[in-house]
Amino acid sequence: MPKNPDVKKVLVIGSGPIVIGQAAEFDYAGTQACRSLKEEGVEVVLINSNPATIMTDGDIADHVYIEPLTIEVLKKLILKEKPDSILPNMGGQAGLNLGMELEESGFLKEHNVKLLGTTAETIRKAEDRQAFKDTMEAIGEPCAPSKVVETVEDGVAFTKTIGYPVVLRPAYTLGGSGGGIAHNQIELEEILENGLRLSRVGQVLVERCIAGWKEIEYEVMRDSAGNVITVCNMENIDPVGVHTGDSIVVAPSQTLSDKEYQMLRSSALNIISALGITGGCNVQFALHPTSFEYCVIEVNPRVSRSSALASKATGYPIAKVSAKIALGYTLDEIKNAVTGKTYASFEPALDYCVVKMPRLPFDKFLTAKRTLTTQMKATGEVMSICSNFEGGLMKALRSLEQHVDCLRSYDFTALSKEELLERLTKVDDMRIFVIAEAVRKGLSYEDIHRITMVDNWFIDKIAILTEMEARLESEELSEELLREAKRLEFPDNVIARLSGKAESEIKALRQQYHIQAAFKTVDTCAAEFAAETPYYYSIFDGENESLPESNGRKKVMVLGSGPIRIGQGVEFDYCSVHATWAFARAGYETIIVNNNPETVSTDFDIADKLYFEPLTPEDVENIVNIEKPDGAVVQFGGQTAIKLTEALMKMGVEILGTKAEDVDAAEDRELFDRILEETEIPRAAGGTVFTAEEAKAVANRLGYPVLVRPSYVLGGQGMQIALSDAEVEEFMAVINRYTQEHPVLVDKYLMGKELEVDAVCDGEDILIPGIMEHVERTGVHSGDSISVYPAHTIADTVKERIAEYSRRLAKALHVKGLINIQFIAIGEDVYVIEVNPRSSRTVPYISKVTGIPIVDLATQVILGKKIRELGYEPGLQPNAGYVAIKMPVFSFEKIRGAEISLGPEMKSTGECLGIGKTFDEALYKAFIGAGFDLPKHKQIIITVKDADKGEAISIGRRFAKLGYTIYATRSTAAALNDSGVKARKVNKIHQESPTVMDLLLGHRIDLVIDTPTQGRDKSRDGFLIRRTAIETGVNCLTSLDTANALLSSLEAKENEDALELVDITKIL
Amino acid sequence: MKAFLILEDGTVFSGTHIGADKEVVSEIVFNTSMAGYPEVLTDPSYAGQAVCMTYPLIGNYGVVTEDMESVRPWLDGLIVRELSRMPSNFRTDMSIQDFLEKYEIPGISGIDTRALTRLLRDSGTMNGLITTNADYDMAEVKARLSAYRTGEVVKKVTCKEKYTVNGSKTLEENGPISGSSVYTGEKEMRPSMVKKLNGTGKKIAMLDLGLKVNIVRSLAQRGCDVTVYPATTSAEEILKSNPDGIMLSNGPGDPKDCGTIIDEVRKLYESDVPIFAICLGHQLMALATGANTYKLKYGHRGGNHPVKDLADGRVYISSQNHGYVVDMDSLDPKVATPAFINVNDGTNEGLNYTGKKVFTVQFHPEACPGPQDSGYLFDRFIEML
Repeated sequence: MPKNPDVKKVLVIGSGPIVIGQAAEFDYAGTQACRSLKEEGVEVVLINSNPATIMTDGDIADHVYIEPLTIEVLKKLILKEKPDSILPNMGGQAGLNLGMELEESGFLKEHNVKLLGTTAETIRKAEDRQAFKDTMEAIGEPCAPSKVVETVEDGVAFTKTIGYPVVLRPAYTLGGSGGGIAHNQIELEEILENGLRLSRVGQVLVERCIAGWKEIEYEVMRDSAGNVITVCNMENIDPVGVHTGDSIVVAPSQTLSDKEYQMLRSSALNIISALGITGGCNVQFALHPTSFEYCVIEVNPRVSRSSALASKATGYPIAKVSAKIALGYTLDEIKNAVTGKTYASFEPALDYCVVKMPRLPFDKFLTAKRTLTTQMKATGEVMSICSNFEGGLMKALRSLEQHVDCLRSYDFTALSKEELLERLTKVDDMRIFVIAEAVRKGLSYEDIHRITMVDNWFIDKIAILTEMEARLESEELSEELLREAKRLEFPDNVIARLSGKAESEIKALRQQYHIQAAFKTVDTCAAEFAAETPYYYSIFDGENESLPESNGRKKVMVLGSGPIRIGQGVEFDYCSVHATWAFARAGYETIIVNNNPETVSTDFDIADKLYFEPLTPEDVENIVNIEKPDGAVVQFGGQTAIKLTEALMKMGVEILGTKAEDVDAAEDRELFDRILEETEIPRAAGGTVFTAEEAKAVANRLGYPVLVRPSYVLGGQGMQIALSDAEVEEFMAVINRYTQEHPVLVDKYLMGKELEVDAVCDGEDILIPGIMEHVERTGVHSGDSISVYPAHTIADTVKERIAEYSRRLAKALHVKGLINIQFIAIGEDVYVIEVNPRSSRTVPYISKVTGIPIVDLATQVILGKKIRELGYEPGLQPNAGYVAIKMPVFSFEKIRGAEISLGPEMKSTGECLGIGKTFDEALYKAFIGAGFDLPKHKQIIITVKDADKGEAISIGRRFAKLGYTIYATRSTAAALNDSGVKARKVNKIHQESPTVMDLLLGHRIDLVIDTPTQGRDKSRDGFLIRRTAIETGVNCLTSLDTANALLSSLEAKENEDALELVDITKIL
Repeated sequence: MKAFLILEDGTVFSGTHIGADKEVVSEIVFNTSMAGYPEVLTDPSYAGQAVCMTYPLIGNYGVVTEDMESVRPWLDGLIVRELSRMPSNFRTDMSIQDFLEKYEIPGISGIDTRALTRLLRDSGTMNGLITTNADYDMAEVKARLSAYRTGEVVKKVTCKEKYTVNGSKTLEENGPISGSSVYTGEKEMRPSMVKKLNGTGKKIAMLDLGLKVNIVRSLAQRGCDVTVYPATTSAEEILKSNPDGIMLSNGPGDPKDCGTIIDEVRKLYESDVPIFAICLGHQLMALATGANTYKLKYGHRGGNHPVKDLADGRVYISSQNHGYVVDMDSLDPKVATPAFINVNDGTNEGLNYTGKKVFTVQFHPEACPGPQDSGYLFDRFIEML
């Protein structure tokens, strides 16, 4: 069927801020879909509140709105842009829910807008628990015995009939939010109550526990003619019980015979047909490990994290094909762009093994429970491709950038056999290392399998790796042994460590024996057809297929940013992709190296060549050996890429842009201090230390409070404000968990306004698109602060000083390309906090708001152009016509036990943007976009530390004036009442009921303002109050500056009806 | 032990010896199925060929004897990248290594199967030698390789005597219907995809050209009584039994090597008994009715090939295993017209015979291994009876 001629203008809904369970994969899907639609001549209108995405760029869609994703905003947008159709299945659960609501409200029908790619009926059948069960029953596809309940009592009664344990799944939530496994009535009541609250429709599915069964997924496609295909299947190494987003996953399935494989494949195709989905769909199965019994766990009638993974694992572009299907094409009409010979109705055949590992955020949340459950906790993931499973696992491990490079990276050698048996019962992110130790200690596969339910095939693969470790330790390093170790993807440094040799010796031996990496192509067809798309992975046991062309073009290698984690999000992929495009426009052949399957940069048609590889020096060197690039850029890929600078230089690769020694100068305390002295720029006093003793000495010299942080880190990792010697000791201990190559910095803590600048420097001149001002005072990490462009409360003289300091710094550091500088302003005085001669998380945001294509300019500058030649007058640019406010978004509810209070270490997972003509309008949009939907009940709780009591009074007064009822704990209540602000006193947790907890659990609270006392004591009341607020879905603020901003927004009485929607493509 | 795969063009792959300790010359072909290697091993259509599996990890779930598609493996050799040392599945009966040894089939592992596949793709199917003899004489090997022909392999693989498989009387006999299975703790029967008994009382005569048992099973599970005849059976004998329908099975080799069998197929065509044919059966019917076949450069072997039903434009993913194909240019529309084509290369995948109750397909609706999407063709055949 050819394209539907009625579809001329399509509204694509994005997924909003990055949160756990909804990450960069939707930027990838949405970007691919928009490009696919534009390719067909369709006019594309895009809405997404997330400014860090590639999809919200003027060259991806025709009209781009970075606006809050609410029904009201969408309705306004539809009235303004008048699309004839809307594509909701690219924006994850958030997009689907919005599409569904618009359809249900009759708005789409009223305005003659068609829902493309899916119907409301399809969404309902897949997402509504009861409707889904009924549909499955009708077509004979089994679900686990279950019941949808709307009350805790019903849940308890039903569970009595099927027995514990039971799995609880709230309807219409993402990433399994609010779900869990209950082993007894107490747990059941607790989880159920929470889940009912979080569900959009107040429903939770209570179901027979199938934990321990094999978890198998199928990605399937269907077109409007009813043709169906499977893109690929995947097997979770972690059996049912761990969310697939937190599982180690392998593609294709490894332990299924054809009978099981085809049984589930046919079932998945039956399901997509019965649901009438047009486009992609993900079906998750639980398969009994010793029978043919299976259950359908879940169906996602849209692109998903799994579909992004499947796309990258196979080379089959699911989102692109889905978009074409939405336009009316059938699978046999859509060309497979990878082969150029086959069609989208061809099922990919893999001739390699893909391993995905989750990137879990426990390094950021030290107090959090590491247990893995049906609620997803990972912020991102890595994927690896190899000809064998062991190699895939080894590559994935080192791609995580979590100080792991082999199965010994977590040390469990101290545990006895008995202790290991006990430890194996714990399902957490370290389980695979525990299994490895259990194998080393000689526990039987049967015992390990019985406890973990991990299939023996995987246990044996782990055993093969531990056997290799033992051989490397005990045997002479023969050619045969080294060859086999490399086939299993042991990195040279691990081989060196185990064999007691130097890494350089291993490298020399490999050269001597000609053991070099070769590259194979991901071609969707197991080599049956010649592929046109150069998408490669490395192996050590075969012929090389990646043959560099001599096409006369210069060749540049763009190092990607690895897995999405807190502090290094999708914004660096934005920078990498834009840099790649800019290099291509300048006539370069481009090569991307990255390992993140969720991103746009790893789409097969972004660069001329894609290498899906770990970002370690050795892995990158393998590529360099083959490609011999003319240069590499590291300044766009965040810390991951920056860390490779030195290694690349040693390989003889020219670093394009700012030189490595200048990057070092910005990070090295002594060098940097010298530069500051020369340029006469003040900074907070401080010193560099390695030990806690040294740190305390410096702290006492400076006087508390001090800021303690490691150098060369991203997102303020490990950064803390210390008030006492005891805290310095605590923080130093945390930082020194890993050996620090670079010293720790101890600085005097200055309190003032934090300001930030992203700029492009050509070595002489500097272009500053704008100055951003943080709402929260210093001490809150810049990534967690509300950021306002243009800076609105500082004097012009301060702005000029910032511009001047920026110019001096960029010049002194010989910056060629991007630079990010953070300042503190105290009155007229400006101090520099830190300088990063590279891209930052605010680059996409400031580019879009000002209409200045910063990455593109930086790339051209790197290639030798001057700012003036590019048509820009150097210096601070005039303000754009809009105020833009970036609001951080957190995923605290997903991480049990995580401390939510803001500090110098970054905790937010994503951000949204509010753009408006005025500060108030922008702020209002930013709050709405971040999910602050006030007022509801007009009741708030205030509990602040003593130092904040004064400010709390003015905040209380303003809330009271707005008609809010204020509850406060004892001393806060007293302070408020003493100043004439009426506050009701509530008891602390350990006192008699009703306590602050009862109040929270009563669901009548809009907001909690809680400023934490210092120290990381989990048992404190404040911690429990904050956690309870988050887990019951109550907004919680831990900075009074944020509270003041929220008040300003509430006082301004903005409302959704009056908002002006801004097409950012028209800003220029 | 080291082993070598030597190709006609002189390429040598060295790897590790697997399976039986013997040397073999055969036609080297590749299969892209990611699961289902036991079915590939026991598919008689591979007689005279050594199969390279493009999926690198083979043997992960061992061999399940109930999944065998015939009484024994028929291929000459197995070529894999990595043979699993840990077969893991609740139904595993033995490892591939034991299976290959038991049936005296040699093989080679540890070679770059992708490189081999690319070579076969670019140069076309070649003959090869699998050997553990490191002191081979290349000239002598090349001479042996170029002399090799698959020959009349159908006669090797067909059954020696006719036999009858009775149709299921109830659906329960087929095992649990897929999806309805509930684990009882006992080893249970494989689930069946068949959801209705529409063939009860129908007698099918099956000409065994090297058949996969799931063709028989697909009919029997629908209620048909199936009598299987050796490939050399005369048309008279088959027609004498008054079957309600005749099936020509899949099978190995060049269809043009089938000689007199083609004449018998012509006689079956001339009867008014409805006929359904698969793979080699499809090719023989074409040859018997005046069309031509030719050899594909490297064949279609795998479980991911899209075929289009020209009647309604629907596309199905099919299981395939064929090196020869019917030449569509040789078709006389008065005799036969294309019913299915391959979406990728446009080659013929099925024929409807004009004015006759005869239809044939090149692909494998019986799956095993591969997608079950075209199983409905058995229902179409039964409805024709």
